[in-house]
Amino acid sequence: MTDITHLPPFDSEPVLDTRSRDIAVAGQWRLFWLKFKKHRIALVSLFVILFMYLVAAFADFIAPSDPNANNARYTYAPPQGISLFIDGSFAPHVNGLKMTLNTESMRREFAEDPAKQLRVGLFVPAKPYHLLGFIPMQTKLFGLVEPRIGDSLYIFGADRLGRDIFSRVVHGAKVSLSIGLIGVFLSLVLGVTIGGISGFFGGWVDLVIQRFIELLRSIPTIPLWMGLAAAIPVNWPPLQTYFVITLIVSLLGWTSLAREVRGKFLSMRNEDFVIAARLDGMSEIGIIFNHLVPSFMSHIIATLTLAIPSMILAETALSFLGIGLQPPIISWGVLLQEAQNIRAVSQAPWLLFTPAAAIVISVLALNFLGDGLRDAADPYEALT
Amino acid sequence: MTQAPGNPTVLKVDNLQTHFATRAGVFKAVDGISFELKRGQTLCVVGESGSGKSVTARSILQIVDKPGKIVGGSILLTREDSSSVDLAKMDPRGEEIRAIRGREIAMIFQEPMSSLSPVHRIGEQIGECLRIHFNTPKAERRVRVLELLRQVEIPRPETAIDRYTFEFSGGMRQRVMIAMALACNPSVLIADEPTTALDVTTQAEILDLIKRLQTSHGMAVMFITHDMGVVAEIADEVLVMYRGKVMESGPVDQIFHAPKDDYTRMLIGSVVKLEKKAEIRLKRAEIQPETPPLLDVKGLSMTFPSGLKAVDNVSLTVRPGETLGIVGESGSGKTTMGRCLLRIYDPSEGTMDFRSKDGDVVDIRTADRGQLKNIRRDVRMIFQDPVNSLSPRKTVGQIIAEPLKLAGLFSGKALEERVCELMEQVGLEPSWRERYPHAFSGGQRQRVGIARAISVNPRLIIADEATSALDVSLRSQVLDLMMRLQDELGLSYVFISHDMSVIRYMCDRVAVMYRGQVVETGETDQVVNNPVHNYTKALLSAIPNPDPRDRRIHNRFRYDAGASA
Repeated sequence: MTDITHLPPFDSEPVLDTRSRDIAVAGQWRLFWLKFKKHRIALVSLFVILFMYLVAAFADFIAPSDPNANNARYTYAPPQGISLFIDGSFAPHVNGLKMTLNTESMRREFAEDPAKQLRVGLFVPAKPYHLLGFIPMQTKLFGLVEPRIGDSLYIFGADRLGRDIFSRVVHGAKVSLSIGLIGVFLSLVLGVTIGGISGFFGGWVDLVIQRFIELLRSIPTIPLWMGLAAAIPVNWPPLQTYFVITLIVSLLGWTSLAREVRGKFLSMRNEDFVIAARLDGMSEIGIIFNHLVPSFMSHIIATLTLAIPSMILAETALSFLGIGLQPPIISWGVLLQEAQNIRAVSQAPWLLFTPAAAIVISVLALNFLGDGLRDAADPYEALT
Repeated sequence: MTQAPGNPTVLKVDNLQTHFATRAGVFKAVDGISFELKRGQTLCVVGESGSGKSVTARSILQIVDKPGKIVGGSILLTREDSSSVDLAKMDPRGEEIRAIRGREIAMIFQEPMSSLSPVHRIGEQIGECLRIHFNTPKAERRVRVLELLRQVEIPRPETAIDRYTFEFSGGMRQRVMIAMALACNPSVLIADEPTTALDVTTQAEILDLIKRLQTSHGMAVMFITHDMGVVAEIADEVLVMYRGKVMESGPVDQIFHAPKDDYTRMLIGSVVKLEKKAEIRLKRAEIQPETPPLLDVKGLSMTFPSGLKAVDNVSLTVRPGETLGIVGESGSGKTTMGRCLLRIYDPSEGTMDFRSKDGDVVDIRTADRGQLKNIRRDVRMIFQDPVNSLSPRKTVGQIIAEPLKLAGLFSGKALEERVCELMEQVGLEPSWRERYPHAFSGGQRQRVGIARAISVNPRLIIADEATSALDVSLRSQVLDLMMRLQDELGLSYVFISHDMSVIRYMCDRVAVMYRGQVVETGETDQVVNNPVHNYTKALLSAIPNPDPRDRRIHNRFRYDAGASA
């Protein structure tokens, strides 16, 4: 009937129980959280994502071995399962691996050696390293309690140089997950600025920017990336390459955000409360920062979250094709590169599945999280 | 309208309960209501927003939105052969109920703009029901659709049948909806606020049409509305609903002239109250016609870039302390005109001379930035939509304080005190200032809007449909508040409305707008009682009169300026 169908028809004081009284004074972000909480998968995903970023941040502590330490003895060693008990008493351990060379197929074959039980423990001493680059540490989260030369701990197997896949995936998370964040941050800056200019000034400025965005979006992505990536000099240090790659993947990411911001600007400009602010004598800049930006901030956060997975996938695709990051940098895409040939996959499927699982889980979780945020982005829908 | 006692009952609803199971608990939208629909009679279900009247209608056809569910009661449909079925027991997606929808019980929805498909020709949409229920061959269907279009008085049915919905106006679309509903000769017609989205003259046409078709087809009509005037014009029986319960039911005359229930009395009281001039206006001293006008608009025109001339050579004056009403139907340019007065739009021609406090006269149309800033402190606006006009992200206190802060009038503790004072002035509890707009009802939000408007001590307020989004019981409260503030603060109002009763209640003078032009201006009494222009006469005579003993819209005056409907 009218816009206020949900409200009690009397103009008396609304009878508020404690919960509604709480909501009555709840600001935007509190309502946002209340609505977000109802989205179960998104909530679970939020914890998954937080966990993954924590792992990435504390990779040095969590990874049991140096991701670049090779061991020729254990080329393509299979995953070693951790058993929890010895003779009924709690004693986590792995069985040592016994390698034999199959002279017929010229392959190394590994068999578990139940006689050689290697104890695994938490907070084991390790070689000195710096956590987060500045905290001196001598402890790892887990590892062999009494490592001797020749002992191994490969919970997800080893690659062709005998490097621990688990440690490499954990270290790869640092690059792969942060490239999404940094890329998205660049997109945010570019998108909000350019989209804001486009939506606010309108006219020919808007026209030029929109056509430019369309032009950018019409270029096929992979060839564009390939072209740009090929332009990176080979002798650049890895860190510099990393930043350039980030720039390349965010180059297209900002366009959709800019459109979103422009659209919001245009639709909000003529909302009654914005007109009211203008009549109150508020300057245009004041209106933008007091009314427009707070109104679409939650939408932007949701859009950004949904943009991170595409950044991660872009990096993975580039690195997989060999034009993104190069070893010795470790990223999930670089790890997948190892699994490019069929021999490696048939002999050591863990090379493919471990990094792939990490990518799939993080991308899915980010997408679910983004969906939940998007649904919660307008917390007033259900309440007003 | 004949109350033949022998009319057989077609639909009997007994103790119907429709509940919505939500996270916060069970919401009883319809809570045990009973009524009967008789052949050839009109039952009006009336109630304010949230009373459950639409859910009742939807329950009958089992089209309640999730998570709504019929949890109890029965809906007995009696067929011609006097067999009967209980609709409440049927599966909402089942074969049985689908055979009844459209065939035996048809429904007309409120919003003609969205209830028709934009991608099908109207002939196909009307004929669809025939195809589904009778499998009528195509050629035969077309003949029947043409006949239906003629019945609902759509001009040139032969060409209209192959048109798309966007080529029709709101009133014409509602006629198409009615033709669709009638296609299978249903025995019950449910009309859910079918005229609420329409202009008053179009509403009168549609009400006429429904009545005529009911008489010729002998249908039972269940008419849902919130407008007591419409009820008085068309009802045989009335059912008054409040929060899912029936407050009172009975013949229309008894409801209006001998209401038993307090709620019914309040509802009718608030409508009847708006039928005459407000009491506080009767007592007030006359405004001297000689006083120099506060606002003097001459030859104002506004053309949109699309070429539409929304305001066409309008001249108006507003004297200090007076309320000027601007009345017109949708598309008459009244809102655009109001926005021109504040330079939200830039008018293309004319002058708008505004007399400021010290007696200087400034033309608003050509005012520069600085002047405009001052003018906008003297001339304020109240918006129509109580939801959209308050930023949901600020507390009510912040919203009211904003103009004060920007004007640099108050700060710190003084600002806080001024906000509390303003809230008290508009009848809101000052302790609610920490709350956000979503915690307020529509009427309260409109009070917040009023507080924001009066905060900087303006002298003229432009109120654009300030009460049209509110329920009728709130409408007079808000109007009374506005008039009290007018007397206390010496305000003038430009009150824009499509609702003649609101204008009559509150305005001293009125200007009638039609297609961008002012066709008539004068004292409200004179315009209402002795309209000169034919359009004003048509407008006035199309307003439903809330007295079933004096039904007038059937012999109303029709205005035709060579206009298509």
